[in-house]
Amino acid sequence: MKPMLEIRGLTKTFPTRSAFGRATGEVKAVANVSFAIERGQVYGLAGESGSGKSTIARMIMGLTRPTSGSILIDGQDIAGQIGTRAHGARVQMVFQNPGASLNPRRTVAQSIAVPLVAHGFPRADQPRRISELLDMVQLQRAFAQRYPHELSGGQKQRVAIARALAVAPRLLVLDEPTSALDVSVQARVMDLLTDLGRALDLTFLFISHDLSLMRNFAQRVGILYLGEIVETGETPAVFEHPLHDYTRLLLASVPVISAEEEAMRPIIPLIDGEIPTAEKLLALRGQTQGKVTP
Amino acid sequence: MSALLSVRDLSVEFTTYGQTAQVLQNVSLDVPAHAQIALVGESGSGKTVTMKAIMGLLRQPPARITGGQIFYDGRDLLTLADRDRVALRGTAMSMVFQDPMSSLNPVFTIADQMGTILKYADRRLGRVRNARDRMARVHEVLAQVRMREPERVSASYPIMLSGGMRQRVLIAMALLSEPALLIADEPGTALDVTTQAQILRLLKDLVTQRGLALLMITHNLGVVRETSSYVYVMNKGRVVEQAETATLFANPQSDYTKSLIAAVPRLTGGTRYGTVTP
Repeated sequence: MKPMLEIRGLTKTFPTRSAFGRATGEVKAVANVSFAIERGQVYGLAGESGSGKSTIARMIMGLTRPTSGSILIDGQDIAGQIGTRAHGARVQMVFQNPGASLNPRRTVAQSIAVPLVAHGFPRADQPRRISELLDMVQLQRAFAQRYPHELSGGQKQRVAIARALAVAPRLLVLDEPTSALDVSVQARVMDLLTDLGRALDLTFLFISHDLSLMRNFAQRVGILYLGEIVETGETPAVFEHPLHDYTRLLLASVPVISAEEEAMRPIIPLIDGEIPTAEKLLALRGQTQGKVTP
Repeated sequence: MSALLSVRDLSVEFTTYGQTAQVLQNVSLDVPAHAQIALVGESGSGKTVTMKAIMGLLRQPPARITGGQIFYDGRDLLTLADRDRVALRGTAMSMVFQDPMSSLNPVFTIADQMGTILKYADRRLGRVRNARDRMARVHEVLAQVRMREPERVSASYPIMLSGGMRQRVLIAMALLSEPALLIADEPGTALDVTTQAQILRLLKDLVTQRGLALLMITHNLGVVRETSSYVYVMNKGRVVEQAETATLFANPQSDYTKSLIAAVPRLTGGTRYGTVTP
Protein backbone atom coordinates (compact mmCIF):
# COMPACT_ATOMS: atom_id res chain seq x y z
CA MET A 1 0.00 0.00 0.00
CA LYS A 2 1.18 3.49 -0.80
CA PRO A 3 2.10 5.64 2.17
CA MET A 4 -0.33 8.48 2.91
CA LEU A 5 2.52 11.00 2.90
CA GLU A 6 5.90 10.51 1.33
CA ILE A 7 8.61 13.11 1.32
CA ARG A 8 11.67 12.61 -0.85
CA GLY A 9 14.82 14.67 -0.65
CA LEU A 10 12.93 17.80 0.35
CA THR A 11 15.12 20.91 0.42
CA LYS A 12 14.31 24.57 0.95
CA THR A 13 16.85 27.34 0.83
CA PHE A 14 16.12 30.99 1.47
CA PRO A 15 18.34 33.73 0.08
CA THR A 16 20.01 35.96 2.64
CA ARG A 17 20.12 39.59 1.64
CA SER A 18 22.21 42.57 2.50
CA ALA A 19 20.57 45.72 3.87
CA PHE A 20 20.24 46.92 0.27
CA GLY A 21 18.40 43.82 -0.88
CA ARG A 22 21.27 42.20 -2.76
CA ALA A 23 21.40 38.44 -2.39
CA THR A 24 24.51 37.61 -0.41
CA GLY A 25 24.12 33.90 0.12
CA GLU A 26 21.56 31.36 1.15
CA VAL A 27 20.44 29.57 4.24
CA LYS A 28 19.30 25.96 4.14
CA ALA A 29 16.10 25.76 6.19
CA VAL A 30 15.37 22.17 5.15
CA ALA A 31 18.13 19.94 3.81
CA ASN A 32 17.35 16.73 1.97
CA VAL A 33 14.60 15.50 4.27
CA SER A 34 12.92 12.18 3.46
CA PHE A 35 10.31 10.26 5.41
CA ALA A 36 7.02 8.48 4.87
CA ILE A 37 3.86 8.04 6.93
CA GLU A 38 1.74 4.96 6.48
CA ARG A 39 -2.03 5.35 6.38
CA GLY A 40 -3.58 5.74 9.83
CA GLN A 41 -0.26 6.34 11.55
CA VAL A 42 1.11 9.26 13.53
CA TYR A 43 4.58 10.52 12.59
CA GLY A 44 6.18 12.95 15.01
CA LEU A 45 8.59 15.61 13.85
CA ALA A 46 10.53 17.00 16.80
CA GLY A 47 12.91 19.90 16.77
CA GLU A 48 13.67 23.24 18.29
CA SER A 49 13.16 26.68 16.78
CA GLY A 50 15.02 27.01 13.52
CA SER A 51 15.05 23.28 12.88
CA GLY A 52 12.83 23.62 9.83
CA LYS A 53 9.77 21.82 11.13
CA SER A 54 7.33 24.61 10.29
CA THR A 55 8.93 25.09 6.85
CA ILE A 56 8.26 21.41 6.13
CA ALA A 57 4.64 21.84 7.22
CA ARG A 58 4.26 24.91 5.01
CA MET A 59 5.66 23.05 2.00
CA ILE A 60 3.23 20.17 2.52
CA MET A 61 0.37 22.66 2.69
CA GLY A 62 1.60 24.36 -0.48
CA LEU A 63 2.24 27.64 1.32
CA THR A 64 5.95 27.57 0.49
CA ARG A 65 7.49 26.15 -2.68
CA PRO A 66 10.28 23.59 -2.19
CA THR A 67 13.69 24.33 -3.73
CA SER A 68 13.99 20.67 -4.64
CA GLY A 69 12.59 17.29 -3.72
CA SER A 70 9.05 16.02 -3.88
CA ILE A 71 6.00 15.59 -1.68
CA LEU A 72 3.58 12.78 -2.46
CA ILE A 73 0.19 12.54 -0.83
CA ASP A 74 -1.46 9.17 -1.33
CA GLY A 75 1.02 8.46 -4.11
CA GLN A 76 0.40 11.69 -6.04
CA ASP A 77 2.98 14.43 -6.34
CA ILE A 78 1.48 17.69 -5.11
CA ALA A 79 3.72 19.81 -7.34
CA GLY A 80 1.09 20.56 -9.99
CA GLN A 81 -1.83 20.81 -7.56
CA ILE A 82 -0.83 23.52 -5.16
CA GLY A 83 -3.75 25.80 -4.40
CA THR A 84 -6.28 23.47 -5.99
CA ARG A 85 -9.33 21.99 -4.29
CA ALA A 86 -7.92 18.51 -4.84
CA HIS A 87 -4.90 19.34 -2.70
CA GLY A 88 -6.94 21.06 0.00
CA ALA A 89 -9.34 18.15 0.18
CA ARG A 90 -6.52 15.73 0.99
CA VAL A 91 -4.50 17.65 3.55
CA GLN A 92 -5.43 20.24 6.15
CA MET A 93 -3.59 21.83 9.01
CA VAL A 94 -4.25 22.69 12.65
CA PHE A 95 -2.15 25.63 13.81
CA GLN A 96 -0.41 26.25 17.08
CA ASN A 97 -2.27 29.21 18.46
CA PRO A 98 -6.06 28.95 18.08
CA GLY A 99 -6.36 32.51 19.40
CA ALA A 100 -4.57 33.73 16.29
CA SER A 101 -5.77 31.23 13.70
CA LEU A 102 -9.48 31.96 14.17
CA ASN A 103 -10.86 35.21 12.79
CA PRO A 104 -12.19 37.16 15.80
CA ARG A 105 -14.97 38.69 13.69
CA ARG A 106 -16.38 35.38 12.53
CA THR A 107 -18.65 33.15 14.55
CA VAL A 108 -17.67 29.51 14.97
CA ALA A 109 -20.13 28.54 12.22
CA GLN A 110 -18.73 31.16 9.85
CA SER A 111 -15.15 30.00 10.48
CA ILE A 112 -16.03 26.39 9.83
CA ALA A 113 -17.98 27.40 6.70
CA VAL A 114 -14.92 29.00 5.05
CA PRO A 115 -13.42 25.74 3.72
CA LEU A 116 -16.92 24.47 2.85
CA VAL A 117 -17.57 27.51 0.67
CA ALA A 118 -14.10 27.32 -0.87
CA HIS A 119 -14.73 23.70 -1.82
CA GLY A 120 -18.16 24.36 -3.27
CA PHE A 121 -20.11 22.51 -0.60
CA PRO A 122 -23.85 23.03 -1.27
CA ARG A 123 -25.04 26.01 0.77
CA ALA A 124 -28.23 24.27 1.87
CA ASP A 125 -26.24 21.45 3.43
CA GLN A 126 -23.82 23.66 5.31
CA PRO A 127 -25.74 23.98 8.62
CA ARG A 128 -26.07 20.20 8.79
CA ARG A 129 -22.36 19.68 8.09
CA ILE A 130 -21.37 22.32 10.67
CA SER A 131 -23.51 20.63 13.34
CA GLU A 132 -21.98 17.30 12.43
CA LEU A 133 -18.46 18.75 12.76
CA LEU A 134 -19.25 20.32 16.13
CA ASP A 135 -20.51 16.91 17.30
CA MET A 136 -17.26 15.36 16.12
CA VAL A 137 -15.14 17.71 18.19
CA GLN A 138 -17.55 17.39 21.12
CA LEU A 139 -18.80 20.94 21.22
CA GLN A 140 -22.47 21.69 21.77
CA ARG A 141 -24.27 22.92 18.67
CA ALA A 142 -25.04 26.20 20.41
CA PHE A 143 -21.35 27.06 20.02
CA ALA A 144 -21.99 27.69 16.31
CA GLN A 145 -23.20 31.22 17.02
CA ARG A 146 -20.39 32.18 19.41
CA TYR A 147 -17.31 34.26 18.72
CA PRO A 148 -13.74 33.12 19.51
CA HIS A 149 -13.42 35.49 22.48
CA GLU A 150 -16.30 33.67 24.16
CA LEU A 151 -14.42 30.36 24.03
CA SER A 152 -11.66 28.89 26.18
CA GLY A 153 -8.32 27.90 24.62
CA GLY A 154 -9.30 24.24 24.42
CA GLN A 155 -12.67 25.08 22.84
CA LYS A 156 -10.98 27.30 20.25
CA GLN A 157 -8.61 24.49 19.32
CA ARG A 158 -11.61 22.16 18.91
CA VAL A 159 -13.13 24.68 16.49
CA ALA A 160 -9.82 24.81 14.59
CA ILE A 161 -9.88 20.99 14.38
CA ALA A 162 -13.50 21.04 13.16
CA ARG A 163 -12.55 23.57 10.48
CA ALA A 164 -9.61 21.42 9.37
CA LEU A 165 -11.90 18.38 9.12
CA ALA A 166 -14.68 20.21 7.25
CA VAL A 167 -13.64 19.02 3.80
CA ALA A 168 -12.85 15.49 5.07
CA PRO A 169 -9.08 15.44 4.47
CA ARG A 170 -7.13 12.19 4.78
CA LEU A 171 -4.01 13.78 6.22
CA LEU A 172 -3.82 16.32 9.05
CA VAL A 173 -0.72 18.39 9.79
CA LEU A 174 -0.72 19.29 13.48
CA ASP A 175 1.72 22.12 14.19
CA GLU A 176 2.18 22.24 17.99
CA PRO A 177 -1.58 21.85 18.44
CA THR A 178 -1.54 21.93 22.25
CA SER A 179 1.47 24.04 23.14
CA ALA A 180 -0.75 27.01 24.06
CA LEU A 181 -2.99 24.89 26.31
CA ASP A 182 -2.93 23.84 29.97
CA VAL A 183 -1.81 20.29 30.57
CA SER A 184 -5.26 18.97 31.55
CA VAL A 185 -6.82 20.60 28.48
CA GLN A 186 -3.99 19.19 26.36
CA ALA A 187 -4.84 15.67 27.51
CA ARG A 188 -8.46 16.07 26.39
CA VAL A 189 -7.48 17.52 22.99
CA MET A 190 -5.08 14.59 22.48
CA ASP A 191 -7.93 12.20 23.40
CA LEU A 192 -10.12 13.89 20.80
CA LEU A 193 -7.44 13.73 18.08
CA THR A 194 -6.83 10.06 18.82
CA ASP A 195 -10.56 9.24 18.68
CA LEU A 196 -11.01 11.19 15.44
CA GLY A 197 -7.95 9.55 13.91
CA ARG A 198 -9.47 6.13 14.51
CA ALA A 199 -13.02 7.03 13.55
CA LEU A 200 -12.11 8.84 10.33
CA ASP A 201 -9.02 6.81 9.40
CA LEU A 202 -6.83 9.92 9.52
CA THR A 203 -3.07 10.11 9.16
CA PHE A 204 -1.23 12.67 11.28
CA LEU A 205 1.99 14.56 10.86
CA PHE A 206 2.54 15.78 14.41
CA ILE A 207 5.00 18.63 14.81
CA SER A 208 6.08 19.42 18.35
CA HIS A 209 8.94 20.39 20.60
CA ASP A 210 7.34 18.45 23.47
CA LEU A 211 9.14 15.12 23.54
CA SER A 212 7.06 13.67 26.38
CA LEU A 213 3.89 14.28 24.41
CA MET A 214 5.46 12.86 21.26
CA ARG A 215 6.49 9.71 23.10
CA ASN A 216 2.83 9.03 23.85
CA PHE A 217 1.21 10.03 20.56
CA ALA A 218 3.49 9.19 17.63
CA GLN A 219 4.36 5.69 16.42
CA ARG A 220 7.44 6.94 14.60
CA VAL A 221 9.52 10.05 15.13
CA GLY A 222 12.08 12.08 13.26
CA ILE A 223 14.45 14.40 15.10
CA LEU A 224 15.21 17.56 13.13
CA TYR A 225 18.32 19.61 13.68
CA LEU A 226 19.19 22.56 11.44
CA GLY A 227 16.98 21.30 8.65
CA GLU A 228 18.18 17.70 8.68
CA ILE A 229 16.61 14.60 10.15
CA VAL A 230 19.45 13.40 12.35
CA GLU A 231 17.61 10.38 13.72
CA THR A 232 14.39 8.57 12.93
CA GLY A 233 12.71 5.35 13.90
CA GLU A 234 10.01 3.72 16.01
CA THR A 235 9.23 6.04 18.91
CA PRO A 236 10.11 3.63 21.76
CA ALA A 237 13.43 2.72 20.11
CA VAL A 238 14.50 6.33 19.55
CA PHE A 239 13.54 7.31 23.11
CA GLU A 240 15.09 4.31 24.80
CA HIS A 241 18.24 4.06 22.71
CA PRO A 242 18.94 7.46 21.18
CA LEU A 243 21.93 7.25 18.86
CA HIS A 244 22.58 10.82 17.85
CA ASP A 245 24.06 13.29 20.33
CA TYR A 246 21.44 15.87 19.53
CA THR A 247 18.62 13.45 20.34
CA ARG A 248 20.41 12.63 23.59
CA LEU A 249 20.73 16.32 24.45
CA LEU A 250 17.04 16.94 23.74
CA LEU A 251 15.98 14.00 25.91
CA ALA A 252 18.33 15.06 28.70
CA SER A 253 16.77 18.54 28.71
CA VAL A 254 13.15 17.50 29.31
CA PRO A 255 11.91 18.36 32.82
CA VAL A 256 10.34 15.17 34.15
CA ILE A 257 8.20 14.20 37.14
CA SER A 258 9.37 10.72 38.13
CA ALA A 259 12.53 8.80 38.94
CA GLU A 260 11.79 6.33 36.13
CA GLU A 261 11.82 9.11 33.56
CA GLU A 262 14.92 10.59 35.10
CA ALA A 263 16.70 7.27 34.73
CA MET A 264 15.80 7.29 31.06
CA ARG A 265 17.44 10.61 30.33
CA PRO A 266 20.90 10.31 28.80
CA ILE A 267 23.79 11.80 30.76
CA ILE A 268 25.27 14.75 28.91
CA PRO A 269 28.77 15.95 29.82
CA LEU A 270 28.78 19.49 31.23
CA ILE A 271 30.98 22.05 29.51
CA ASP A 272 32.25 24.83 31.82
CA GLY A 273 29.73 23.72 34.43
CA GLU A 274 26.85 24.20 32.02
CA ILE A 275 24.58 22.03 29.96
CA PRO A 276 26.17 22.53 26.52
CA THR A 277 24.33 23.98 23.56
CA ALA A 278 23.72 21.56 20.70
CA GLU A 279 26.39 23.33 18.66
CA LYS A 280 29.00 22.93 21.36
CA LEU A 281 28.14 19.36 22.15
CA LEU A 282 28.34 18.28 18.53
CA ALA A 283 31.58 20.21 18.05
CA LEU A 284 33.03 18.57 21.16
CA ARG A 285 32.36 15.13 19.81
CA GLY A 286 33.86 16.22 16.51
CA GLN A 287 31.10 14.32 14.92
CA THR A 288 29.77 14.55 11.45
CA GLN A 289 27.01 12.08 12.05
CA GLY A 290 24.93 11.84 8.92
CA LYS A 291 21.30 11.07 8.95
CA VAL A 292 20.19 7.64 10.01
CA THR A 293 18.11 6.07 7.31
CA PRO A 294 14.86 4.51 8.46
CA MET B 1 7.98 34.82 62.00
CA SER B 2 10.73 32.55 60.75
CA ALA B 3 10.03 32.70 57.02
CA LEU B 4 11.66 35.38 54.89
CA LEU B 5 8.40 35.83 52.99
CA SER B 6 5.10 34.85 54.50
CA VAL B 7 1.72 35.30 52.85
CA ARG B 8 -1.18 34.93 55.33
CA ASP B 9 -4.79 34.41 54.26
CA LEU B 10 -4.49 36.68 51.26
CA SER B 11 -7.78 37.40 49.51
CA VAL B 12 -8.07 39.45 46.35
CA GLU B 13 -11.06 40.36 44.23
CA PHE B 14 -11.29 42.00 40.84
CA THR B 15 -14.11 44.28 39.77
CA THR B 16 -14.65 44.76 36.05
CA TYR B 17 -17.78 46.02 34.29
CA GLY B 18 -19.52 46.17 37.67
CA GLN B 19 -18.97 42.48 38.32
CA THR B 20 -16.81 41.26 41.15
CA ALA B 21 -14.81 38.04 41.01
CA GLN B 22 -13.02 36.50 43.97
CA VAL B 23 -9.60 35.71 42.49
CA LEU B 24 -7.65 34.68 45.58
CA GLN B 25 -9.22 33.12 48.65
CA ASN B 26 -7.21 32.84 51.85
CA VAL B 27 -3.93 32.04 50.17
CA SER B 28 -1.12 31.32 52.63
CA LEU B 29 2.43 30.37 51.79
CA ASP B 30 5.89 30.63 53.31
CA VAL B 31 9.28 31.08 51.70
CA PRO B 32 11.99 30.50 54.32
CA ALA B 33 15.40 32.07 53.78
CA HIS B 34 17.63 30.03 51.40
CA ALA B 35 14.67 27.76 50.50
CA GLN B 36 13.49 26.80 47.03
CA ILE B 37 9.72 26.93 46.88
CA ALA B 38 7.43 26.36 43.91
CA LEU B 39 3.95 27.69 43.27
CA VAL B 40 2.26 25.63 40.57
CA GLY B 41 -1.09 26.03 38.88
CA GLU B 42 -2.80 26.18 35.52
CA SER B 43 -3.94 29.37 33.85
CA GLY B 44 -6.47 31.21 35.97
CA SER B 45 -5.35 29.51 39.19
CA GLY B 46 -4.20 32.79 40.76
CA LYS B 47 -0.46 32.16 40.82
CA THR B 48 0.39 35.32 38.89
CA VAL B 49 -2.00 37.45 40.98
CA THR B 50 -0.30 36.08 44.11
CA MET B 51 3.09 37.04 42.68
CA LYS B 52 1.87 40.51 41.75
CA ALA B 53 0.41 41.06 45.20
CA ILE B 54 3.75 40.09 46.76
CA MET B 55 5.67 42.43 44.47
CA GLY B 56 3.14 45.25 44.91
CA LEU B 57 2.36 45.26 41.20
CA LEU B 58 -1.43 44.75 41.43
CA ARG B 59 -3.34 47.62 39.87
CA GLN B 60 -5.92 48.76 42.37
CA PRO B 61 -8.58 49.12 41.04
CA PRO B 62 -9.57 46.80 39.32
CA ALA B 63 -7.97 44.60 41.99
CA ARG B 64 -8.75 44.95 45.67
CA ILE B 65 -7.00 43.15 48.50
CA THR B 66 -9.86 42.22 50.78
CA GLY B 67 -7.92 40.49 53.51
CA GLY B 68 -4.66 39.03 54.70
CA GLN B 69 -1.07 40.06 55.22
CA ILE B 70 2.20 39.67 53.34
CA PHE B 71 5.21 39.68 55.65
CA TYR B 72 8.71 40.21 54.35
CA ASP B 73 11.36 39.84 57.01
CA GLY B 74 8.69 40.44 59.66
CA ARG B 75 7.21 43.62 58.13
CA ASP B 76 3.71 43.62 56.65
CA LEU B 77 4.12 44.86 53.08
CA LEU B 78 0.44 45.73 52.79
CA THR B 79 0.58 48.33 55.56
CA LEU B 80 3.97 49.70 54.56
CA ALA B 81 4.19 53.24 53.20
CA ASP B 82 4.61 53.34 49.43
CA ARG B 83 8.19 54.59 49.51
CA ASP B 84 9.27 51.86 51.93
CA ARG B 85 7.55 49.31 49.76
CA VAL B 86 9.26 50.56 46.63
CA ALA B 87 12.59 50.51 48.42
CA LEU B 88 12.27 46.75 48.91
CA ARG B 89 11.40 46.02 45.30
CA GLY B 90 14.42 45.07 43.23
CA THR B 91 16.67 45.26 46.26
CA ALA B 92 15.38 42.83 48.87
CA MET B 93 13.20 40.90 46.45
CA SER B 94 13.60 40.71 42.68
CA MET B 95 11.57 39.32 39.83
CA VAL B 96 12.75 37.25 36.91
CA PHE B 97 10.14 37.74 34.24
CA GLN B 98 8.80 35.18 31.83
CA ASP B 99 9.14 36.67 28.41
CA PRO B 100 12.64 37.83 27.55
CA MET B 101 11.38 39.24 24.27
CA SER B 102 8.98 41.76 25.77
CA SER B 103 10.64 42.52 29.11
CA LEU B 104 13.58 44.35 27.59
CA ASN B 105 13.40 47.77 25.97
CA PRO B 106 14.44 47.40 22.32
CA VAL B 107 15.91 50.89 21.95
CA PHE B 108 18.43 50.82 24.82
CA THR B 109 21.56 48.73 25.19
CA ILE B 110 21.77 46.12 27.93
CA ALA B 111 24.30 48.35 29.72
CA ASP B 112 21.86 51.30 29.64
CA GLN B 113 19.01 49.22 31.02
CA MET B 114 21.02 47.47 33.71
CA GLY B 115 22.80 50.69 34.66
CA THR B 116 19.47 52.47 35.14
CA ILE B 117 18.15 49.69 37.36
CA LEU B 118 21.30 49.82 39.45
CA LYS B 119 21.23 53.60 39.71
CA TYR B 120 17.71 53.61 41.12
CA ALA B 121 18.40 50.64 43.38
CA ASP B 122 21.45 52.46 44.76
CA ARG B 123 19.40 55.60 45.30
CA ARG B 124 16.75 53.67 47.23
CA LEU B 125 19.41 52.07 49.38
CA GLY B 126 21.22 55.38 49.90
CA ARG B 127 24.35 54.02 48.22
CA VAL B 128 26.66 56.14 46.13
CA ARG B 129 28.32 54.64 43.07
CA ASN B 130 29.68 56.42 40.01
CA ALA B 131 28.97 55.40 36.44
CA ARG B 132 32.23 53.49 36.08
CA ASP B 133 31.60 51.43 39.21
CA ARG B 134 28.08 50.78 38.03
CA MET B 135 29.39 49.39 34.72
CA ALA B 136 31.87 47.24 36.61
CA ARG B 137 29.00 45.82 38.66
CA VAL B 138 26.93 45.20 35.49
CA HIS B 139 29.80 43.24 33.94
CA GLU B 140 30.36 41.33 37.17
CA VAL B 141 26.71 40.22 37.29
CA LEU B 142 26.67 39.31 33.59
CA ALA B 143 29.66 37.08 34.27
CA GLN B 144 27.79 35.51 37.19
CA VAL B 145 25.01 34.41 34.82
CA ARG B 146 27.79 32.79 32.79
CA MET B 147 27.83 35.21 29.89
CA ARG B 148 31.11 35.07 28.16
CA GLU B 149 32.29 38.47 26.98
CA PRO B 150 30.14 40.57 29.37
CA GLU B 151 31.51 43.77 27.79
CA ARG B 152 30.24 42.82 24.37
CA VAL B 153 26.86 41.69 25.72
CA SER B 154 26.34 44.87 27.71
CA ALA B 155 27.01 46.99 24.63
CA SER B 156 24.40 45.02 22.66
CA TYR B 157 20.79 45.85 21.97
CA PRO B 158 18.26 43.13 22.91
CA ILE B 159 17.66 42.20 19.27
CA MET B 160 21.32 41.23 18.93
CA LEU B 161 20.98 38.52 21.61
CA SER B 162 19.42 35.07 21.43
CA GLY B 163 16.39 34.18 23.57
CA GLY B 164 18.53 32.29 26.06
CA MET B 165 20.94 35.22 26.39
CA ARG B 166 18.05 37.64 26.93
CA GLN B 167 16.72 35.40 29.68
CA ARG B 168 20.19 35.46 31.25
CA VAL B 169 20.15 39.26 31.08
CA LEU B 170 16.81 39.27 32.94
CA ILE B 171 18.30 37.04 35.63
CA ALA B 172 21.33 39.32 35.84
CA MET B 173 19.02 42.33 36.24
CA ALA B 174 17.29 40.62 39.15
CA LEU B 175 20.64 39.92 40.81
CA LEU B 176 22.06 43.45 40.43
CA SER B 177 21.41 44.61 43.96
CA GLU B 178 21.87 41.28 45.69
CA PRO B 179 18.33 40.49 46.77
CA ALA B 180 17.64 37.79 49.37
CA LEU B 181 14.57 36.57 47.51
CA LEU B 182 14.18 35.82 43.82
CA ILE B 183 10.70 35.41 42.38
CA ALA B 184 10.80 33.68 39.01
CA ASP B 185 7.67 33.73 36.84
CA GLU B 186 7.84 30.85 34.36
CA PRO B 187 11.46 31.44 33.38
CA GLY B 188 12.41 29.67 30.20
CA THR B 189 8.85 28.89 29.16
CA ALA B 190 9.30 30.89 25.96
CA LEU B 191 12.56 29.11 25.14
CA ASP B 192 13.60 25.88 23.45
CA VAL B 193 13.85 22.85 25.68
CA THR B 194 17.66 22.70 25.69
CA THR B 195 17.91 26.43 26.45
CA GLN B 196 15.28 26.08 29.16
CA ALA B 197 17.31 23.31 30.77
CA GLN B 198 20.37 25.60 30.79
CA ILE B 199 18.41 28.48 32.36
CA LEU B 200 16.88 26.29 35.06
CA ARG B 201 20.26 24.87 35.93
CA LEU B 202 21.78 28.35 36.06
CA LEU B 203 19.00 29.58 38.37
CA LYS B 204 19.42 26.56 40.63
CA ASP B 205 23.21 27.03 40.80
CA LEU B 206 22.91 30.76 41.53
CA VAL B 207 20.33 30.23 44.23
CA THR B 208 22.32 27.55 46.04
CA GLN B 209 25.73 29.22 45.63
CA ARG B 210 24.52 32.62 46.77
CA GLY B 211 22.12 31.36 49.43
CA LEU B 212 19.08 33.04 47.88
CA ALA B 213 15.50 32.11 48.52
CA LEU B 214 13.60 31.20 45.34
CA LEU B 215 9.88 31.33 44.67
CA MET B 216 9.37 29.56 41.35
CA ILE B 217 6.01 30.25 39.72
CA THR B 218 5.22 27.74 37.00
CA HIS B 219 2.58 25.63 35.31
CA ASN B 220 5.08 22.86 34.59
CA LEU B 221 5.26 20.02 37.09
CA GLY B 222 8.61 18.93 35.68
CA VAL B 223 10.04 22.35 36.50
CA VAL B 224 8.60 22.05 40.02
CA ARG B 225 10.35 18.76 40.55
CA GLU B 226 13.67 20.02 39.23
CA THR B 227 13.85 23.36 41.01
CA SER B 228 12.05 23.15 44.35
CA SER B 229 12.06 21.28 47.62
CA TYR B 230 8.61 22.39 48.76
CA VAL B 231 5.57 23.11 46.62
CA TYR B 232 2.18 24.83 46.81
CA VAL B 233 -0.50 23.76 44.33
CA MET B 234 -3.08 26.38 43.39
CA ASN B 235 -6.46 25.92 41.75
CA LYS B 236 -9.23 28.48 41.33
CA GLY B 237 -7.66 30.99 43.69
CA ARG B 238 -6.95 28.61 46.55
CA VAL B 239 -3.97 26.62 47.72
CA VAL B 240 -5.35 23.11 47.38
CA GLU B 241 -2.26 21.24 48.50
CA GLN B 242 1.19 21.89 49.94
CA ALA B 243 3.93 19.35 50.54
CA GLU B 244 7.59 18.51 50.21
CA THR B 245 8.13 18.24 46.46
CA ALA B 246 9.14 14.57 46.60
CA THR B 247 6.09 13.76 48.72
CA LEU B 248 3.73 15.58 46.37
CA PHE B 249 4.78 13.43 43.43
CA ALA B 250 4.97 10.21 45.43
CA ASN B 251 1.73 10.65 47.29
CA PRO B 252 -0.55 13.45 46.07
CA GLN B 253 -3.51 14.06 48.38
CA SER B 254 -5.99 16.33 46.65
CA ASP B 255 -8.03 15.16 43.69
CA TYR B 256 -6.89 18.20 41.74
CA THR B 257 -3.18 17.41 42.20
CA LYS B 258 -3.83 13.79 41.29
CA SER B 259 -5.59 14.77 38.06
CA LEU B 260 -2.86 17.28 37.22
CA ILE B 261 -0.10 14.69 37.66
CA ALA B 262 -2.10 12.13 35.68
CA ALA B 263 -2.45 14.57 32.77
CA VAL B 264 1.32 14.98 32.31
CA PRO B 265 2.64 12.84 29.45
CA ARG B 266 5.63 10.75 30.53
CA LEU B 267 8.92 10.36 28.76
CA THR B 268 8.66 6.66 29.53
CA GLY B 269 5.40 6.41 27.58
CA GLY B 270 2.37 4.56 28.80
CA THR B 271 -0.30 7.22 28.25
CA ARG B 272 -3.16 5.90 26.18
CA TYR B 273 -4.91 8.76 24.48
CA GLY B 274 -8.44 8.30 23.20
CA THR B 275 -11.69 7.61 25.00
CA VAL B 276 -12.69 4.55 23.01
CA THR B 277 -10.60 1.41 22.85
CA PRO B 278 -9.72 0.43 19.29
